[in-house]
Amino acid sequence: MARNGLEIIEGLLEKVEELSGQNVFACYQCGMCSAGCPLTDEMDLLPNQVIRGLQLRDWRTMESNAMWICASCFSCQVRCPKGVDLARLMEAMRQIYLRQQLDHVSIDDMTPEQISKLPQIALVASFRKKTG
Amino acid sequence: MGKGNMNEQENAMIRIHVMGKTYQVPAGLTIMDAMEYSGYRFIRGAGCRSGFCGACSTIYRREEDYRLQFALACQEMAEDGMYLVQLPFTPAPRSKYNLEEIDPSENVLLQYYPEIARCVSCNTCTKACPQDIEVMDYVQAALRGDIARTAALSFDCIQCGLCTMRCPADIKHYHMAQMARRIYGRYLSPVPNHLEERLCEIEEGVYDNELGKLMAMNKEELGIAYAARIREEAK
Amino acid sequence: MDGLTYFPGCSLKEEAKEFEISAMAVMKALGLPLIEFERWNCCGTVFSLTEDDLMHQLATIRNLIRVQENGSEEIVTLCSMCYNTLKRSSLFVNRDKERLEKINAFMDREQAYEGKVEVRHLLEVLRDRIGWDKVEEAMTHSLEGLSVAPYYGCMLLRPREVGIDDPDNPTIMQDLIEALWATPVEFPFQTECCGSYQVVDRRELIVERTHRILSSARRSGADVVITSCPLCQYNLQKTQSELKETIPTFEEMPVIYFTQLMAVALEVDSGELPSPLLAGLAIEEGVGNGER
Repeated sequence: MARNGLEIIEGLLEKVEELSGQNVFACYQCGMCSAGCPLTDEMDLLPNQVIRGLQLRDWRTMESNAMWICASCFSCQVRCPKGVDLARLMEAMRQIYLRQQLDHVSIDDMTPEQISKLPQIALVASFRKKTG
Repeated sequence: MGKGNMNEQENAMIRIHVMGKTYQVPAGLTIMDAMEYSGYRFIRGAGCRSGFCGACSTIYRREEDYRLQFALACQEMAEDGMYLVQLPFTPAPRSKYNLEEIDPSENVLLQYYPEIARCVSCNTCTKACPQDIEVMDYVQAALRGDIARTAALSFDCIQCGLCTMRCPADIKHYHMAQMARRIYGRYLSPVPNHLEERLCEIEEGVYDNELGKLMAMNKEELGIAYAARIREEAK
Repeated sequence: MDGLTYFPGCSLKEEAKEFEISAMAVMKALGLPLIEFERWNCCGTVFSLTEDDLMHQLATIRNLIRVQENGSEEIVTLCSMCYNTLKRSSLFVNRDKERLEKINAFMDREQAYEGKVEVRHLLEVLRDRIGWDKVEEAMTHSLEGLSVAPYYGCMLLRPREVGIDDPDNPTIMQDLIEALWATPVEFPFQTECCGSYQVVDRRELIVERTHRILSSARRSGADVVITSCPLCQYNLQKTQSELKETIPTFEEMPVIYFTQLMAVALEVDSGELPSPLLAGLAIEEGVGNGER
């Protein structure tokens, strides 16, 4: 998927649905996901707005930081009355970047001092979620 | 092997494919010799020619095999129908560290080679190793901070780089393992007290007299002394 | 075999040693020792959420193969993240045999995984196999008077299909606390995410989460918070000093593993405990930390 042009916007929704196995249009925008999300303070789009953006094939959804703030805690997933797994949608959006080798965390820029303070459980998880 | 067989083998020719071209080479050559017979000259990517230096990592495929195979070109015998190519070098930067200054704590390997946290346990590295090392197991040991196990499992590594070339997680296995062995040697391996004591004794001149006697002996006397030396009983 | 096939995970060998030490001691005292199996590898810590990604299932399935080689049909974890990842992976391949076949075909040096290994968390074993009454019987040092807030976090409870208890109103840790005669403290943040792996590149976000979660536990009257996740424990414990720098009024709160609390009550090796807590438990330093 190239980044510019109509083609991408056309393909975006299908790609996200294919990777996530979710039906984006099942969402009726009740907002339960955003109400339960513990990290919305840091997000520039609320979780339900992310789904709305996908429904509209709006490329700006892919420029939101929400997918990178999401920690896959599944609060939204257990609360959604329509059974939409938003955590999977976020993962699919991350994967669209990561599969083009567009890492969100730069391993090369981390110093031994920084890493010495972190447990490996955090590093393994972060690298799985934010490097391709 | 009978004499007839020898002649037959000497005369037999096999086909090898190198970069799209097929060559006839005598059977019984190593991959490296076969490629040289075909006219390739190795300025880099060849070293000891005895399986120790790790310079001649090679990949090949047999005609009827879906798998890519990995070996050292100086050790693996060329077979009829092999597709061959030499890898001159595996680009893999080494992390900079001063062994005397680092803190040999459990996550030190992760600090200098953080990409080991990306291991997906696919085992591709192990399958690529021409030394039959359990490469993935030592990466996993490193991840959980077991430096001694990483050092022990990687001991036979000759730094050929095939694991690193194949890794989907971009791990630099062999550099990381070398660091583990260095840390193990510097900080973790038990200090042999008897060796230190003996070195002190030598410096203090305890054995000067004995050594002087040996130095004064001629070859015949040395031979007699050697034959009469004290031996440890075989267990 | 008398014991449980135990999967430690990387953290329990390093950052979260106390968790393993205390769990080993407790389970030995309860007569069902944890036995670590050979050649386990990192579970990957997070379950891959894309449909087509089989590569990131290899680590978990490889572990289940090792358990199978071990002749066991069950694997017990302490770490919530390992539990979640292993459990979800086992369901993922059991639901679609084609996926399992592909994974088995890729791992051609190993036995084929037959799909029979059950993944369990230690809390489930305590509840379903040992029973809270047995835990209470084994107690030699009552924790009466201690207020304990259980912090469940995410990975024990969500998604529902792998949760060991109700995702909204879990009680499993409350029941454990009551069995040890301590007072369980419910607080509104007990199932809210600590920020997880965001600590790597968004540490400030974790500090903020720690503030909210622990202040809430404090307001609810807790003396100590218990957890079963090494990453929650790290995030909530290790960011407190940073938090104190920005908010000097913040009162520190010890965050320990549930097995450490059990170890204190059973008077077996608890691993290192924060000293303010030891005073609250009315035990001397070193009493809980038995011979290693």
